[in-house]
Amino acid sequence: MTTESTQGRAGGPTVDGGGARVPDMVRAENVWKNYGNLDVLKGISLRVGRGEVLCLIGPSGSGKSTFLRCINHLEKVNAGRLWVDGELIGYRERGGALHEMHPKDAARQRRNIGMVFQQFNLFPHMTVLDNITCAPVLTTGAKKPQAQQRARELLDRVGLADKASAYPEQLSGGQQQRVAIARALALSPKLMLFDEPTSALDPELVGEVLDVMRDLADAGMTMVVVTHEMGFAREVADTVAFMDGGVVVEMGAPGDVIGNPQHGRTRAFLSKVL
Amino acid sequence: MSAVNVDAASPAPVAGAGGPHRIDAIPLRHPGRWTAAVVLIIAVALFLYGAATNPAYSWDYYAKYIFDQRISKAATVTLELTVLSMILAILVGVLMAVMRLSPNAVLRGVSWTYLWIFRGTPVYVQLVLWGLFATIYKSIRVGIPFGPTFFTITSADAISVFWLAVIGLGLNEAAYMAEIVRAGIISVNHGQIEAATALGLTWWQTMRHITLPQAMRIIIPPTGNEVISMLKTTSLVTAVPFTMDLYTRSRDISAETFTPIPLLLVASTWYLAFTSVLMVGQYFLEKHFAKGLRRAGAHG
Ligand SMILES: Nc1ncnc2c1ncn2[C@@H]1O[C@H](COP(=O)(O)OP(=O)(O)OP(=O)(O)O)[C@@H](O)[C@H]1O
Ligand SMILES: [Mg+2]
Repeated sequence: MTTESTQGRAGGPTVDGGGARVPDMVRAENVWKNYGNLDVLKGISLRVGRGEVLCLIGPSGSGKSTFLRCINHLEKVNAGRLWVDGELIGYRERGGALHEMHPKDAARQRRNIGMVFQQFNLFPHMTVLDNITCAPVLTTGAKKPQAQQRARELLDRVGLADKASAYPEQLSGGQQQRVAIARALALSPKLMLFDEPTSALDPELVGEVLDVMRDLADAGMTMVVVTHEMGFAREVADTVAFMDGGVVVEMGAPGDVIGNPQHGRTRAFLSKVL
Repeated sequence: MSAVNVDAASPAPVAGAGGPHRIDAIPLRHPGRWTAAVVLIIAVALFLYGAATNPAYSWDYYAKYIFDQRISKAATVTLELTVLSMILAILVGVLMAVMRLSPNAVLRGVSWTYLWIFRGTPVYVQLVLWGLFATIYKSIRVGIPFGPTFFTITSADAISVFWLAVIGLGLNEAAYMAEIVRAGIISVNHGQIEAATALGLTWWQTMRHITLPQAMRIIIPPTGNEVISMLKTTSLVTAVPFTMDLYTRSRDISAETFTPIPLLLVASTWYLAFTSVLMVGQYFLEKHFAKGLRRAGAHG
């Protein structure tokens, strides 16, 4: 568990129940990111253990999305290191020097990391089934019938078994987002990233998406979720991190960070969203 | 829900009338439209009467040549030129557009230079130069540079004027197609590319399976225009010089018979017939690529 503190724990891997040493699912060490003169991330360090759910909260522009996008190398980190399941993201370390990774290897790394976007980003020219089978067939060489079989199972899991042959635009926002989750799960990722998955939804559709995410967390998926849904964060998260101005201001158990914030900035933010 | 019932002043629907009252207003009159239509009909009638009775049009020649074997053969050749050069243009155009947007700076430079040259010079001049190809490059040597030669082809034997015309038209058009394809590609929402990248698709897989299919919706309407435009541009191949196309053939016949006007009308009729067919084809293509994108507007 990473609920205690970010500082002083940059060292080795955690010890699981059996005593074997397994790496954290996500480990960020002093991650910096800038766009030109604008420093967006100013030294983020945190860990997410296996099967844990980390919720990132914070005001607009605080760098939540940017950090999420760094985790699967959609953005290049300018300083610091990021590991997913013990593997350095975006670079290779050889002889003490960092080598930029070949795009093919970066693509391979991303297959272990599912991502769900605020705007769903389903492929509008493909049916729901093709949206889900697309990546397995193209990237892992899965056979189409098997991929479709698995896609149907995933659709069943998100409660959309009857929508396999629909096109995305024929679905409601909530249904589209559930398809997007199924699509991200099709590659059997170790880690799921969610960037405000319910922010574009009508209020009455938020619940159905959060239910799917809750099931996923219960099934043991490691998740990093950027969200403004404090109820969800309180209930599902193992850790909540409050970000502001490119740094993690406060991190800990949801009951502490949301229920009893220590920093003024956290209190000010929470008073606006709660 | 109560607000409606309480308001006693609001007119209740007439019981048993079977629905709302149809509005039965007297339509607005449009005297301007009628006047314009009458004037236009008179003008067109006068023109048609003049055309029918004016001996310069020589309608007997028109009737004689419209289905003449030489003309219909030339029409087929024009169609072949159009189709083949458009296929070449689309292939090279997609390649150039993709290169222009690739992360590789060398490929971007090559594409930029191609567009600069082929868009920056008149197609007529390009066709003349292609006609001189065999003069410029008398033979093509296949082998290792500065090393042994495997075999040599004489240019004039290897490539006919027909294919020079196809290459000349196609490569010129490719520069315009590249811009059309590029506009289509960059019109695709960036979130699509991001989602594909996050799924572990490579740059090329994203291009091939996500970006290009969605770009088609933007690419097809202007491409339809380009095909129609190409059909007419084939009349320039006389610059190569290639003389078997519809326009050049009609000119040649009229040079023998001294009847240029009916033969120009014959050629125009054929061009018009082809463009009409192309417009129908374009309609169905647009419908096909609007799949799953109904709201984006399939009709137009
Ligand atoms: N590609 C980019 N180029 C320049 N600046 C960027 C870029 N992407 C993000 N930024 C800037 O980085 C800062 C952090 O953006 P980010 O999207 O990470 O914030 P966020 O916490 O996710 O906010 P929100 O809650 O609004 O989504 C913002 O000031 C934003 O303007
Ligand atoms: Mg964001």
